Amino acid sequence: MEYAIVLLPLLGSIISGFFGKRLGAKSCQILTSSFVSISAILSFFIFYDVLTQDYSSNKLIFTWISSGSFHVNWSINIDPLTSVMLVVVSLISSIIHFYSIGYMDDDPHKARFMAYLSLFTFAMLTLVTADNFLQLYFGWEGVGLCSYLLIGFWYKKPSANAAAIKAFIVNRVGDFGLAIGIFLIFFFYGTVNYNEVFQQTPLLIQKQVIFLGIEFNLITLICLLLFVGAMGKSAQILLHTWLPDAMEGPTPVSALIHAATMVTAGVFLVVRCSPIFEYSQVALNVVTAVGMTTAFFAATVALVQNDIKKIVAYSTCSQLGYMFFAVGVGAYHVAIFHLFTHAFFKALLFLGSGCVIHSFNDEQDIRSMGGVWKKIPFTYVLMVIGTLALTGFPFLSGYYSKEAIIEFAYLRGSTIGYFAAAVGIFTALLTAIYSWRLIFKTFHGKYNNKESNLSSIHESPLTMLIPSCLLAIGAILTGILFKEMFIGYDSSQFWNSSILFLQSIPHEYPPTWLLVITPTVVIITIPIAYYLFVANEKILKNFVLKNQVIYNFLVNKWYFDELYNFIFVEPLKKIGLFFWKKGDINTIDRYGPDGLSRLVKIISDKAVHFQSGYLYHYAFVMLIGFSILLTYLILY
Amino acid sequence: MIEIGLGHYLTLAAIIFTIGIIGIFLNRKNVIIILMSIELILLAVNINLVSFSVYLQNLVGQVFAMFILTVAAAESAVGLAIIVIYYKNKGSINVEHISSLKG
Repeated sequence: MEYAIVLLPLLGSIISGFFGKRLGAKSCQILTSSFVSISAILSFFIFYDVLTQDYSSNKLIFTWISSGSFHVNWSINIDPLTSVMLVVVSLISSIIHFYSIGYMDDDPHKARFMAYLSLFTFAMLTLVTADNFLQLYFGWEGVGLCSYLLIGFWYKKPSANAAAIKAFIVNRVGDFGLAIGIFLIFFFYGTVNYNEVFQQTPLLIQKQVIFLGIEFNLITLICLLLFVGAMGKSAQILLHTWLPDAMEGPTPVSALIHAATMVTAGVFLVVRCSPIFEYSQVALNVVTAVGMTTAFFAATVALVQNDIKKIVAYSTCSQLGYMFFAVGVGAYHVAIFHLFTHAFFKALLFLGSGCVIHSFNDEQDIRSMGGVWKKIPFTYVLMVIGTLALTGFPFLSGYYSKEAIIEFAYLRGSTIGYFAAAVGIFTALLTAIYSWRLIFKTFHGKYNNKESNLSSIHESPLTMLIPSCLLAIGAILTGILFKEMFIGYDSSQFWNSSILFLQSIPHEYPPTWLLVITPTVVIITIPIAYYLFVANEKILKNFVLKNQVIYNFLVNKWYFDELYNFIFVEPLKKIGLFFWKKGDINTIDRYGPDGLSRLVKIISDKAVHFQSGYLYHYAFVMLIGFSILLTYLILY
Repeated sequence: MIEIGLGHYLTLAAIIFTIGIIGIFLNRKNVIIILMSIELILLAVNINLVSFSVYLQNLVGQVFAMFILTVAAAESAVGLAIIVIYYKNKGSINVEHISSLKG
């Protein structure tokens, strides 16, 4: 069963990737979708077993490296954490496979697209089922590769190629940190298998190492480096710049990879390594700080963006920030719970945006939308459900997980915990504002599109709406259904040994005002947003005019791209140009291959004069040569 | 009265040899003259062979001279045949015009 879960997507990917032309697009779509669906159903069985019987297993695929005392296996490791991730990944992936059938209907490369999607699913499943850091790294790079391929799927668009390369390079920065972290683990532990590493960690708490000339605590250093990897993959501040650009890819890709699964790999990594992170308060504080900053930063930027997908992308960034500060305050299970619910409602939002874009004939700017909620009621309802869940409207999924994060941050009792809770509440307010702005600008107010008239707006096909409906059900119900299991009083029983809590989870109730404040803020925001964005737009316009500086600061995403351009891209480009023009062309080529060939040409040009063609010259040379040879032979 | 000795013969042969060589270089007109010059060189060698043969009382030299004459005859026959064919193809056997090997 475990083998089937992981290997079926790979099989589907290989078949539709290599034989897609022969099989035809239709059969490829059906094949890959059904394979991934089978693995989703099997994941549910595993999840059920884990839930009811504390099932856990470690199935060996084959031995990867066996050298001296160093052993690494390809294996499928099932524990509670993995089973949750399996369900998220394979379920969302299968839904998106079906959605893509409708969304990519008029694309000429359907088979290739399905192959990439399945390959991604396989890589993500190997990542979450790994029982050692090396296999995790394989999956990590695998999902990075698929992300690159899928962002650049429309390879004829230069902006898509640029975005794909940007995503790949920014991720490389993070992966470098992760790789060094794994090297350090191997160097000091002598193994990369989770179990052995986690067992040895308490013995190494006091160890100091010198890194880049500064003395670090070993555990802290390892955690920070692993976290750098997580930051890259999960688009945390400083390494977040690739995520909004990644929206150049097809919308199903944004939903699957850049919202629901791949970007949460960073959170998964940190939670998986909770037995290491728990021993380093410094690293946890850094995680909290970065998470907080990202949640706040991304929410402010999302306030002023105009591209429907970019708003949702920044929202993803912000929600990932939530997950990280949940991890940072030690609430790993809440982070995974938020990851779980977020996967549903954020994928729903993306699929909904996909439907909107589809309905508007590939228009993505929310300024040229509006007033269509009666024309596309299904899409409208789906988007509203997604938005309610995202903002944390009471009793939808986002409410439970987001509330829990804020509560746990508060109950942690430390300064950074209080601060995180405050930022969490404020970010929830911002989240509500930008989400409702998206809804009102897209569906309400005046119809603003000049390119296509109102009557041409049409509902999306059923192949797109049905998968979205499934996600909508998930977005509504996952919170209520799984709350007790994931974060309830007995949750530590469920998580078993897959998450280590050094400090016990606080069990007392938070003060009532904390419980009430977020939902209240979120609900009050709805009419305010309606007033500002639909009923009375003038106030906002005046506000923008008066605060042009802040507005520009936000529209330009805090100038991160410009800053990076100035600090990294431009100098590197100059260095590259220098080495290319001066180093390569003017030095190596000039005196190397080009120089040699030119020398040969010069010599042969001179030598050509010997070939006068006159018979007597040849005869003369022959005789001279002959006499020289003879003289030589006689004399010596 | 001067006694004609080996030295005179060798001198004669050297003179003829030199004339042959110079004939090859200085001639700019006719391929046949080159052929004749080669004959001259061969004859000079023959004279050397014969005179040494007489001087050393050894017949091998004269036998060799006969061989060389035979070969030279065959060689000039071949050379003349080439020249005839060349003339048929190019319409000229002027040495100045034979320069298709020019680089």
